[in-house]
Amino acid sequence: MKIRKNVFFQLASRNVRLNFSRSLLAALGIIIGVVAITTMGILGANIQLAVSSNLSSSANSIIITPDTGSRGGFGPPTRGTTTLLITDNQVREIEQAAGHNVVVPIHSGSDLIQVGTKDKTRVTIYGLDPEKVSNFVEIAEGSSLRGASSGVLIGSTLAKDQDIKVGTRIKVGDESTGTNEVVRVVGILKSKGFGIDLMPDNAIIAPDHWYTSVYGNQGEYQQVDILVPSIKDIPPIKDAIDKKMNKKVKVVSITDSGALLETINATIGQISTFILLLGGISLLVASVSIFNVMMMSVKDRINEIGVLRSIGTTKSEIRKMFIYESFIIGSIGAVIGGLISFIGGYLLVRVIGTTNYFFTPASIMYVPYGMAIGIVVCLISGLYPAAKAANLNPIEALRHD
Amino acid sequence: MRGISISDEPVIRLVDVRKVYKLKAGDVTALQGISFDILKGEFVAIMGPSGSGKSTLLNLIGCLDVPTSGELILAGRNVKEMSDDELTFLRRDEIGFIFQKFNLISLLTAYENAEYPIILKQGHMDEEGKTARMMKLVGLGDDLMTHKPSELSGGQQQRVAIARALVNDPALLLCDEPTGNLDSVTGSQIMDILKGLNEQGRTIVMVTHDPNIARSAHRTINIIDGRVAA
Repeated sequence: MKIRKNVFFQLASRNVRLNFSRSLLAALGIIIGVVAITTMGILGANIQLAVSSNLSSSANSIIITPDTGSRGGFGPPTRGTTTLLITDNQVREIEQAAGHNVVVPIHSGSDLIQVGTKDKTRVTIYGLDPEKVSNFVEIAEGSSLRGASSGVLIGSTLAKDQDIKVGTRIKVGDESTGTNEVVRVVGILKSKGFGIDLMPDNAIIAPDHWYTSVYGNQGEYQQVDILVPSIKDIPPIKDAIDKKMNKKVKVVSITDSGALLETINATIGQISTFILLLGGISLLVASVSIFNVMMMSVKDRINEIGVLRSIGTTKSEIRKMFIYESFIIGSIGAVIGGLISFIGGYLLVRVIGTTNYFFTPASIMYVPYGMAIGIVVCLISGLYPAAKAANLNPIEALRHD
Repeated sequence: MRGISISDEPVIRLVDVRKVYKLKAGDVTALQGISFDILKGEFVAIMGPSGSGKSTLLNLIGCLDVPTSGELILAGRNVKEMSDDELTFLRRDEIGFIFQKFNLISLLTAYENAEYPIILKQGHMDEEGKTARMMKLVGLGDDLMTHKPSELSGGQQQRVAIARALVNDPALLLCDEPTGNLDSVTGSQIMDILKGLNEQGRTIVMVTHDPNIARSAHRTINIIDGRVAA
């Protein structure tokens, strides 16, 4: 067996093998560190991707709500609340500012419902123009709202929890809320997830004429949505509404889902970074362990370093040999850590939520990133011991027993 | 003189070499103006009691250290003006070290130990069979090539060390008590190898405190209190 061309790499790898237990313990620190930062990174990325995906379904809308900071003289509050409302006149102003884009005034409130003999539960009830419902939701079963009918649509979560089918009759309200209506379910909605325009999964969507006949507020709305074809269309419309309606005092708040998406992404990003930093602490601990192992390696091999120097090995070659050693330990730790992170990350994401986004580049990139960070940490930890080895006085090193 | 040809050309020239160690407790002068030449093909023994300065002299000749003053010319080059890397290359190319404790690399096999200086110098493995020739020259069989140093006897380890010292065809073999860790029979075998190498024209400088061993040399330089004794 002959030495390969790179004799220093060979010496380093043989030393790792010779001190296998010690090297493996040092690599274990790197394994833990790589697993910590990689799985946390994957988890953060998957949460971010899942939330973004849910939100992006409502990413092209502008939501106008009464500004709660002003007392601009909107219509009377809904029953039992102090909520300000947007009037029909204001809706017309919004329509002018929105141009040809779809404007949907929305009634919303909450009430108790009862399905058969089940317990009563409080849900959100939206009142929408039946013609415009299809702009927000998709029907999974049954049909959509019809003009004069009082049939309602049910969110997927609510339907599942209350075992509601198409045709089920639901009692709305009780003595405490002052309403007492029965509505028939005409359609079950597909799951929509979190959105800032509507959150229908645990709600009832009723025709606006039914809503106002039961709860009043004719010509007054909790919010108005403008649906735009592209996120690029949002800023000019927002500006136009702001100029038109918030001249002297701010009477409406204008939110767009794109901006919210950015804010939520930034927040999740910050949380992910924080978690990554926590994972980074374990890598820091690992780096101390690598440093210690490398210093021990230098100490164990002082005489050998003296011999190598005396027979013609340069300082830089000695340095290289020890850096190779920390690279080998780092690589072992990074490869094992990467594999564990890949499998562990997949299982973790599966337990917490969906694995739909696991194999996307934004998620899976944390595996090579984590591995690279592990190796770099090892290399940095090995720099000082390598320099110390290279700078040993060959005469003193030769005398060392 | 066993009919050996010694040229007039010095391999080593020391001119008023002084070595002073600066310590906290005060300066210690290890060598106080040493001058001598060692000619090509010579076999020189350096003797002296402990603390006489012979180890310091060996370190200077071996380019592991540089003189505080004076001149040390090795293979035509003044070591005092050389950088650390240049001194390292000089050791690699012009000096073959043979130590008392053999000092083989425990991670490498016998063959790899002997081959190591070639790889250092050429940047690749020995493709000319020089390592195998040198191992054969010092009496090591093929069966020992793949053994690690811990699997070899003292005499075998010293033979590997001699092969390692020879592979880069150095101008000088520098031996530090080469038989000090060996029994008398093995020691005399090693001395026979060294004498044989000298007869082939190798210049050898050997530090020893054993007058019997020193008798193998052409001449002996005695160092006492950092000076060459008259």
